[in-house]
Amino acid sequence: MTKSLAAALLSVTALALLPLFVSNTYVLHMLVMVLLWVLLGQSWNLLGGYTGQVSYGHAAFFGVGAYTTAIMVKSGLSPAMAWWGLLLGGILAALVGSVLGWICFRLRGPYFSLSILALSEVLRLIAVNWKDLTNGAEGILYIPAFNSKAAYYWIILALAAVSFLTIRAVMRSKFGFYFLAIREDQDCAESLGINTTKYKLYSLLISAFFTGVAGSFYMNYMGFIDPGIVFSLPDISIMMILCTMLGGAATMEGPAVGAVLYILMSEAFRVFLKSGHLLFFGILIIVIIIFFPQGIVGTLRERWAGRRLRAASPGISKEVA
Amino acid sequence: MSPQVAGQIELLGQVLISGILLGGLYALIGLGMSLIMGVMKIINLAHGELMMVAMYITYGMFTLWKVDPYVSLLVVCPAMFLLGIAIQKFLITPVMNADSVLPQNQVLLTVGIGLVLSNLALLLFTANYRSVPVSYASKTIYWDVKAGGQTISLSFSYPFLVAFGIAVFLGAALFLFLGMTDTGRMIRATAQDKRAASLLGINTKRITYITFGLGAALVGAAGALLDPVYYLYPQIGGPFTSKAFVITVLGGLGNIPGAVLGGLVLGLAESLGSVYVSLGYKDAFGFIIFVLVLIFLPKGLLGKGRA
Repeated sequence: MTKSLAAALLSVTALALLPLFVSNTYVLHMLVMVLLWVLLGQSWNLLGGYTGQVSYGHAAFFGVGAYTTAIMVKSGLSPAMAWWGLLLGGILAALVGSVLGWICFRLRGPYFSLSILALSEVLRLIAVNWKDLTNGAEGILYIPAFNSKAAYYWIILALAAVSFLTIRAVMRSKFGFYFLAIREDQDCAESLGINTTKYKLYSLLISAFFTGVAGSFYMNYMGFIDPGIVFSLPDISIMMILCTMLGGAATMEGPAVGAVLYILMSEAFRVFLKSGHLLFFGILIIVIIIFFPQGIVGTLRERWAGRRLRAASPGISKEVA
Repeated sequence: MSPQVAGQIELLGQVLISGILLGGLYALIGLGMSLIMGVMKIINLAHGELMMVAMYITYGMFTLWKVDPYVSLLVVCPAMFLLGIAIQKFLITPVMNADSVLPQNQVLLTVGIGLVLSNLALLLFTANYRSVPVSYASKTIYWDVKAGGQTISLSFSYPFLVAFGIAVFLGAALFLFLGMTDTGRMIRATAQDKRAASLLGINTKRITYITFGLGAALVGAAGALLDPVYYLYPQIGGPFTSKAFVITVLGGLGNIPGAVLGGLVLGLAESLGSVYVSLGYKDAFGFIIFVLVLIFLPKGLLGKGRA
C-alpha cells in the first residue's frame, strides 16, 4: 500500500464519518453534488485527460444511465435505488458507449469530439421524441427511496471511491500506459503494436460505465429527469470538461478539486446572480485556459517540480525556468 | 395527371424551395466557420453565439430607431468584424502557443467565449423570446406552374427570398475577395501552409485576425438576415453552432465552395426530413448525415478538404 493510496483511503473514511456531525440538509445536498461531480469528472478524465480523446458528448452516457433507472422504476421492474439498477445503468451506458465508440473512433482529434457531440445530441432528440418509452419532454418523476440525505451521501461517496480506485488501478496497469501512449502519439503507439482502436474503446467503456452509474444515481437522488437535464450539452458534457480542466486534466486529484470549486462557485453565482450565472463560468474557463492551461493541480505540480529541479541543480536553473 | 399526383408534386416542390432558401442562410453561417477552420485549424464553438450577438444588434436597431434589418447589415457586419478581431487578438492568439496536456484548449476557449456571450445576453435582455416584427414578415410570392392540366402553385417567402439573395451576393463577394485581392490570396496561402506563408513574408498573425473578423462578419450577416423570419433568445447560438460545424464538415474543412454545398444539403435534409419523416427529429437529420459523412467521406462531399 503506497502513501497516496493510504491518503485516499484515510480521506474517504474521514468523509464517511462527516454525516454524523453534519445534519444540515443543504450542506449534505452540496456534498452529494460535489461527490457526484467528482465521479463525473473522474470518468471524463480517464478518456479525455489520460487517453487524450476529448469527448463533448458524455451527457449521452449520463442520460442513458438516468433513463435506464427511471424507466425500470416507472415500469415496476426494479424498486427505487436498487443497487443492480445502478449497475444496469452503467452497463447500458457502456453498451451505448461501445456503439458510439465504434462509430466515432474512426475519427481523430476534433473530429472525434464533434462526432460524439453529434451522436449525443441525436440521443437527446430520441429521448424527446420516443414518448412511449421516455415520456418525452415532460420527463419522468418518482418518489425517491430514502428521506435522509445521509444515505445518498454514503452511496455516492462509495461510488466515487470505487471509481477513484478503479481508475487508479487501471492507470497503473498495462492499460494505463497504453492510454498515455495513445494520447502522446497515436501513430507511434500503433507502430509499437498497440491496437489503438481497441484500447481507446476500453477507455471509453470504463468512462461511460461510471458516467452511466452517475446518471443512474442522479435519477434516484433527484427523483425527476427530463431530456433537457440529463442529455444537456452545456450543463453536463461541457461542465464535465470544465470540472476536469479546472482541477487539472490527467491528474488523479484534479477532478475532485475541480468538482469542489465547480459546485461552490455555481451555488455562489446562483445566489448572487439570478439569470446568467454561467457568465462567470465562461470567464473562468477563459482565465484558466490562458493562465493555468494545466488546471490548478497540474500547474501547482509543475511549479513544485520546477522548484525541486532548481533546488537540486542551481546551475541550470535558467534553462529549466 | 391526377390532382393527387399534382398535390404531391406541389408539396415536394414547396419542400425543396424552402430547403434551398434555408440552405442559403446555412451556407452563410458555414462559410464563416469554414474560413476560420481553414486558416486557424480550430473549431469555433462560439460561432452560433456570434450570430446571436448580431441578431441582438439588429433587434436593438430595429426597436430603437426602426432600422430595417437589411439596412442594419451595414452596421452589423463591420461591428461583428471588429468583435471577431478583438476575440482573436486578445483571447485566442495568446492560447495558440500555450503548452498543455490537452490539444484542444483553443476549442474549449471558444466554448468559454460562447458561454460569456450568451449569458451576457441573458443578463441584458432576459430569457424572453423576441422577434423583429417587420411589415413584410409573412409576405409571400406565388408562382403558378401549369403541367399536365393541373396548376401547381408554389409559394416563396419574401424575407427568405431576400435573405437568400443577399447570402448569394455575400458568398460571391467572398469568392472574389479570396480569389482576386492580395489579402484574399494571403488568407488562402496561410490556410494552405502557415509556416511557408510566414516564410514568404506574410504577417500570418494579422491574417488570422482578419480571418476571424471575416468569419464573425459573415455569421453576423446571417444573424441579421435571420431576424425577420425567426425569433431570438439568448440561447439561440448553441443549435446554430452545431449546424455550422455540420455544414463545415459536410463541405470539407476549410473548403469554401464545399461550405455552400454543405449549407444547401443541410437545409434540404432538414426540410425534406421534417415533412417526409418526422418533425420532431428535424435536427437529428443534420447530425446523422454529419456522422455518415465523417465516416464514409472524411474529406467532405467535394472530397477536397483537409481532413
